[in-house]
Amino acid sequence: MKARHQRILLIAAGLCALALIAALVLYALSDNLSAFYTPTEVRAGKAPQNRIFRIGGLVETGSVKRQPDGAGIRFTVTDGAQALTVHYNGIILPDLFREGRGAVAQGKLENGIFVATEVLAKHDENYMPPEVAQALEKSHREGTNDPDARTRVPPRPSQP
Amino acid sequence: MNWFKYSAPAAFYPLAGRLIPWFWRLAFVFAAAGLYIGLVAAPVDFQQGEAYRIIFIHVGAAWMSMFIYLVMAFWGGMGLAFNTRLSGMMAQALAPTGTMFAFLSLWTGAFWGKPMWGTWWLWSDARLMSSLILLFLYIGFLALTHAIDDKRRADRAGAILLLVGVVNIPVIYFSVQWWNTLHQGASVSVKGSSMAVIMLWGMLLVALAMWMYTIAVALTRARIIILEREWRADWVQTLSNPESAGGTAGN
Repeated sequence: MKARHQRILLIAAGLCALALIAALVLYALSDNLSAFYTPTEVRAGKAPQNRIFRIGGLVETGSVKRQPDGAGIRFTVTDGAQALTVHYNGIILPDLFREGRGAVAQGKLENGIFVATEVLAKHDENYMPPEVAQALEKSHREGTNDPDARTRVPPRPSQP
Repeated sequence: MNWFKYSAPAAFYPLAGRLIPWFWRLAFVFAAAGLYIGLVAAPVDFQQGEAYRIIFIHVGAAWMSMFIYLVMAFWGGMGLAFNTRLSGMMAQALAPTGTMFAFLSLWTGAFWGKPMWGTWWLWSDARLMSSLILLFLYIGFLALTHAIDDKRRADRAGAILLLVGVVNIPVIYFSVQWWNTLHQGASVSVKGSSMAVIMLWGMLLVALAMWMYTIAVALTRARIIILEREWRADWVQTLSNPESAGGTAGN
């Protein structure tokens, strides 16, 4: 075996070892690497207790309500399986915050309600002109086959 | 054709010199077409309005920052395995451009995040963090290789850093699939794209322009590095002083 081949083998072995280490570390940290918890995870008790964390999901259509006394905004965040009521004490929401779209809220669970101090909008990976979006929306409403169901993407389930 | 011929700096230097103008031309053509499509011809986005146009810079820059790192790691591996001088020079020549694109992708991303998400930055987002680590890897590579005076040793140390850091690239790419992130998923993948065709074209053309630009500046930088490191060689002496070349030949 030439020295050159030995070096190539050494490099390949080193890279394999590194990949293995990285995979194990990432696997061990996977709970901490998510930017938010889904309502299902919160209900399953995976979210931290008495500590600030983030939840994310789709804002349920028709659920956004400004509190009458100006004491914030309430809406429901859902991941399709479970839903969670969020109470946001601020007034200003990001431009992209919409019903039926993704949102991420930071705060704490208090008596089953998620009290948020910050609300962020999550946008999806679809880009299209407004006319196309309207046409899609229309065909969706009329109950025809939605040619692009991806316009309403549920948040990805977190993987272990 | 024997490609290894061009791994010798003396053969690579004139070849690079001939190629550079062509890559500049391609870069300008693609940039003009891509920016025209992206900033003029493409319509607004149904959700994000005009602000989505940041993707025409952001996505290309992010792709290039990852791709350049992979190419540098490839040269690092080649240098370690075959002990070729040119490998280290190529990695060195690519590093500043990769750093620039890594910075650009973070910078434009922050400018996009503020109006769209409502925040410049989110520390716990895996995509954002792994991209920041990539920028630090680039800066670390530049710092490490410049801290060692012996160029061959600097190249070897840099190559090891590059190969170690390469695990970060798949993490960046798949972070939006593996974990919950504020950053959206990929719009373009091997399975197709979820963008309107004209928007996709604008983005791809700008990315192609960035690619051509990268090759042009990297080759330019590689030529300078060759002159710096090989100035003692006969062929460099001949290059800088053609008249006296005859007298010093054979040294």
